[in-house]
Parts: sequence; C-alpha cells; structure tokens
Amino acid sequence: MTLLIRGGRVIDPAGSVDAVQDVLIEHGKIARIGGRLTTSQGATVIDAAGKWVCPGFIDMHVHLREPGHEYKETVATGTRAAAAGGFTAVCCMANTQPVNDNRAVTDYIRAKADSEGVVRVYPVGAVTRGLEGKELAELAELAEAGCVAFSDDGKCVMNAELYRRAMEYTLPFGAPVISHAEDHTLARAGCMNEGVVSTELGLPGIPAAAEDVMVARDIVLAELTGAHVHVAHLSTAGAVRLVRDAKARGVRVTAEVTPHHLLLTEEAVRAWDANTKMAPPLRTKRDTEALIEALADGTIDCVATDHAPHALSEKEGEFDRAANGVVGLETAVALLIDRLVRPGLLPVATLVSRLSRDPARLLRLPGGGLGVGAPADLTLIDPEAVVRIDPATFKSKSRNTPFAGWTATGRPWKTIVAGKVVWES
Amino acid sequence: MGWTRKDLLTIRELEPAEILTLIDTAASLEEIAGREIKKVPALRGKTVVNLFYENSTRTRTSFEIAGKWLSADVINFAASGSSAAKGESFVDTARNIAAMSPNVVVVRHSSSGAPALLARELSCAIVNAGDGAHEHPTQALLDLLTIRNKKGHFEGLSVAIVGDIAHSRVARSNIHGMKKLGMTVTVAGPPTLIPPYAQELGCKVSYRLEDAIRDVDVIMMLRLQQERMHAGLIPSLREYSRYWGLTLDRLAAHARPDVLIMHPGPVNRGVELSPEVADGPYSVILDQVAKGVAVRMAVLLLLAGGRSGEEK
Repeated sequence: MTLLIRGGRVIDPAGSVDAVQDVLIEHGKIARIGGRLTTSQGATVIDAAGKWVCPGFIDMHVHLREPGHEYKETVATGTRAAAAGGFTAVCCMANTQPVNDNRAVTDYIRAKADSEGVVRVYPVGAVTRGLEGKELAELAELAEAGCVAFSDDGKCVMNAELYRRAMEYTLPFGAPVISHAEDHTLARAGCMNEGVVSTELGLPGIPAAAEDVMVARDIVLAELTGAHVHVAHLSTAGAVRLVRDAKARGVRVTAEVTPHHLLLTEEAVRAWDANTKMAPPLRTKRDTEALIEALADGTIDCVATDHAPHALSEKEGEFDRAANGVVGLETAVALLIDRLVRPGLLPVATLVSRLSRDPARLLRLPGGGLGVGAPADLTLIDPEAVVRIDPATFKSKSRNTPFAGWTATGRPWKTIVAGKVVWES
Repeated sequence: MGWTRKDLLTIRELEPAEILTLIDTAASLEEIAGREIKKVPALRGKTVVNLFYENSTRTRTSFEIAGKWLSADVINFAASGSSAAKGESFVDTARNIAAMSPNVVVVRHSSSGAPALLARELSCAIVNAGDGAHEHPTQALLDLLTIRNKKGHFEGLSVAIVGDIAHSRVARSNIHGMKKLGMTVTVAGPPTLIPPYAQELGCKVSYRLEDAIRDVDVIMMLRLQQERMHAGLIPSLREYSRYWGLTLDRLAAHARPDVLIMHPGPVNRGVELSPEVADGPYSVILDQVAKGVAVRMAVLLLLAGGRSGEEK
C-alpha cells in the first residue's frame, strides 16, 4: 500500500533535513522524499500542511508489565499508549513476573507484541537471574532471542564484580548494559530527594550522592571493560558532570533523562501526591537546569519516559508506602514541545533527534531516520494543537501521572508504523 | 481571632494569631481539670474517632480524656486488631470510618502526610496526632502553653532542642511554632541526627551540648530511639549519654538558673536525661502532660464545637 504525506515540515536530524517536503511510503518503507511528489491513483494522501513530520519516536525505557502485572498494563494497552503518545517503538524493561531473564519470557513478550501490539517492541533482558544481583542471566541466549540491551532496572546491581563480568560477557553482542544507578545503601528507605523539602516534610530522603556514586562506579567499570554502559533516568547535576567528563575521555557511556526529571522538582512532593514519587526521585531546580543543558549539548543522548504504570490502589495511600514510578508515554512529547522547545531551551531538531535518531543509534535499532529505504515509522506532530492532560483519556491501563491538568501547545497528530497509521488524534 | 480551618494538620501552615487562639482557648479550659465534676456539655452528641496507626499511650489517652470532658462520644480505633491488620488499606479504612459520620477524626500514623491524605479524602475535621517525622501540632501547642505559663511571654525567648532532630515530628512542629511567635531556636545533636538543611527551617545548629544550652530560656530534650543505634547513626547509647545526656552538673555549669527543662516523653532515664534532671526543679515535664489535655480540648472544641448541623 502507498501513502503520501504531503506538504509537512520534515524534520530528520539523521539526514540533516528541516524543510517542507513530501514523503512517499511504499511497502512499509520510505520510497522517496522531495518536493511535490506524485503518486498513483488510489494511494492514501495525508495533507500535513502545518504539521511536523519526524522519524518515529523511540522510547527506550518503558514498563509494559506483561507478563505478570497485567492489572497495571499489557503489551496491548502499553503499545496503544505509546502510539497515542507519538512513539513508534518501545523498549520494555525486564522486571516482569516472571522476570525477563530467560528466552521463554523474551519469546512470550515478542509473540504478544506481534499479535497484540501496535508499535514495535524491543525487550530488554535482565542482567541477573531474577533481578537478584547474584548470578548472571543467560545473556547470550537473551541476545539471540532479541533483547536489545540488558538491565536490572528498578534495582541496582550492587555487586561491582558481577556487574563488571556482565559488561565483559555482553561485549560481543553489541547491546549495552543499562544502569539503574542508585546505591541502595545510601538510598535506604528514602522516598524522595534528600533536601530542604524532605527535611520539612519529615520524609526519608535519597541523597543525590546515591546516584552520583553509582554513575561514577559504572563509568569506571565501562573504562575497565570497554563495554557500552547506558545510564537510565539521569537525575542529578553531579551525574551529568560525571557523564560529560567520561564522554570527553572517550568512555563508552550514554545516558537518558525522563520528562518528569526535566520538568518537575522536589517541590511537587509538598502536595503529598504519590504520583510525584519515583526512583530516582524528583530533584532540585539546579538539577533540572543541568539536565536540560545536558540534553541540549548531547551529554544526555535521549529522552525516555520510564513509563511505569501502577494501579490507583498502589498510588492513593501513604506517600512512603506508595509504589515508585509514573506513566509517561502519553504526555512526554506534548510537554517537551511546550516546556522546552517553545521557550527556546531546546531546538526542535534536537528534541526530535533525542527521541529518534539517538536512541536508535545507541541501541542499533532500525529506524531513527527518514532515509530512502528506511522503515516507514513516522511521528506526525501538530505544533499548534492545544492539549489538556486528562488521565481519564489515557490508552494506558494506568493513570498515575504527575501532569494531570497541565496544558500544552503542540502534540502528536498521527503515528505511523511500517507505513500504517496506528493512531491519529 | 476566630478559627476557620476544617483541620489541624501542621503548625507550619498556621498564622501566629491562629496559634494564639488555640493556646488561649486551651488556657481557658485548664480549670476543668480542677473541678470535681470534670464534664462540660460543649461537644454533646459529637463523635470523635481516635484513629491510631502507631502505638501511643500518652497522646491517645490525652485526646480521649479531652473528648470525654467535653462530653463527646470518643471511639478508639487502633490499627492492630482491626481491619488494617486484615490488609485493608489506609484510605479504605478511612472511607469506612467516614461513612459512620464522625465529627472529628484524630489520626496518628507512622507515614508523614497521612493526615493530609485523610483531610483531602474526608469531609469531617482531621486532627494530626503525629505523622511520621513530619509534625505533631498538638504537642507543640502544649509545649508553647507550658512555656507561656512559666515565662509569661514568647517574644525574645531562646530555646535549644536537643537530640534526634532528624526523626522528630515534635522538633519540626515546635520549630515552626516557636519561630512564628518570635522565639529563637537552636537544634543540637550529633550531626547524624540533625537533618540536612536544618538551617532552612530557620534555626541555628549546634554540635555541642554545652554550647547549645548556654543562656537559653528553654531546653527541650528529645527521646533517643534505640533503632538509631542499629541504623548506624550513633555508636552506642553509652556514648550518646556521655556527650548528649543532660545532667545536673552540666546544667549548673552551662545553663541559666531559671531554665525550663522540657521533654515530650516518654523519657529514657539515664540516656538523654539524668533522673535528677527529669525530676528536678527545672523540669516541667508533668506540666506538659497536664496541659496536653487542655490543648486537645481546645482543638476539638474549635474544630467541632458550635458548628452543629452545619455542612462542612
């Protein structure tokens, strides 16, 4: 089938394109890009005048919760949430039940994605068996089964020797190890950032040092092993500095940041809303400024949502007992356009790159650009549409967002996977 | 100044005039304790639920007596042996209690913010009887009433709060209240028991007992929980007591002769306070307990009294 996207502003950082162009899609691939393309009779034409036409966005940090926690999310609902948020591909973390620490679970997730998913799903395998931090999972077989990275996300592999061996063992697979960098001994029972607000509220705090110490360790181990370490959800100015220095030295370290760590601070916790509770916690204004700067200058490679669905019952109770994490797929793009691109903090092409080209490159995924012959995964954005975030409208099974009631100008308009429109506003 | 709030959740959010309203009301109710018949009909027909998720003898009893002297029906709901022990969530339990239409729910909970959660969820009045390491407003009010009773005023007084500040809701509520009423506050203890950014709360920080107690009008000693030792925050009770225990010798050497010694209880005798100090002439610990009932009567009265039949 043939699809012609006519007259949109094509923003393709991979090809250094930012111009009004037509995009012709045939057989699920980009066939041509140029001015005033014509097509055969019967082709579907999308009039994209005034819209942005971008490579499909990739969220490399999502919890789809299946198998095991289907009451929070499933592959079916999670991928629909992704599509509604403008994402054409997601990487799903291994902390399912059972854990994705063996081929059977990876196969199951991929089969579910094929039969029920609407966007591409790339599983992330566990580093250690059962996420227990004691023995390596069967990493080679996980890689062969299609895992694109390895992570015990949600937990930090505290044993440095074991983590070193994981980095070494995975060297041949070309898949990074993703660190949830949080020293448990420093974080202890903390449930928010350690700072002025935690002191006032009397909530146990997690110092920024809990992250910084572990990012420093992982950078040193990456240097030792030559492995590619990717740091998940960077949240502190100190970690930004460590990653920046390491990159300057040529260490193979990359990093991501979430929309909530870019846009919210510990002040949000004052309302006692457990939707402001996550690991790592919301930090300070100084940290958000450092994160935004690092996202702009490339120290941070990509934006990932850490979409972490939880049922209401896990979020409505006491703050210190509530589950960690927030959903993010359906709010990320609109908020980042409105809060970072519009005020001039981040060029639009940089945001598009951090959501498409950069995650594709660091995980070696197909897509990420609009070159001829590339998979026809596209995210179309209406930069003028105004959206008010209403959790009741989410495709996700869960509603745990800290952004309810926020408004934004600019939002996803259509999501196209392999040449097929999988969602439109 | 009148009282317009639905709940009493924190001292931090109160205006100085509101604090004084509470204290003045409590002072006017103190005489009830001396009557032969300790009962006034102010809250007849009103229901007060004591919802205690954490062990408490003193505070729960104090609220219970306060409610009964005001003729309210007081129901005690302890989390152990209740639906909470069967796995019912805090919010569900609260909604169930709300369905029985109480006028006031007094809540004690180990989680900071739990009373604020209830206040959002329920339409009746909520009184925070201590939440986590956050606030304990009625304790601060009774401490303030005790201080005014002994010193006659607040403005210009200096206070040292000594001990485990980091985990103390009593310290936080008192710091807010004392600052609002024009007092200066120094918090003192080993650095591991002083919360980060304590200065941001508006107090001075001292790491030496002798310095902290010099020339202050009030010394408030806090209870040291045994858990702090196991958590690696202090080496031993023995060492803590040696450097942070308040003894008569230390008082004589460094404190003013008219200093007040306060403690929210229960006291670890021989740890933070030597028995001679706890029972000595400087100590107003039992005055605090007595004033606790008056303060809780005032709180219940202002939140539930005179609003019979009104929609809240």
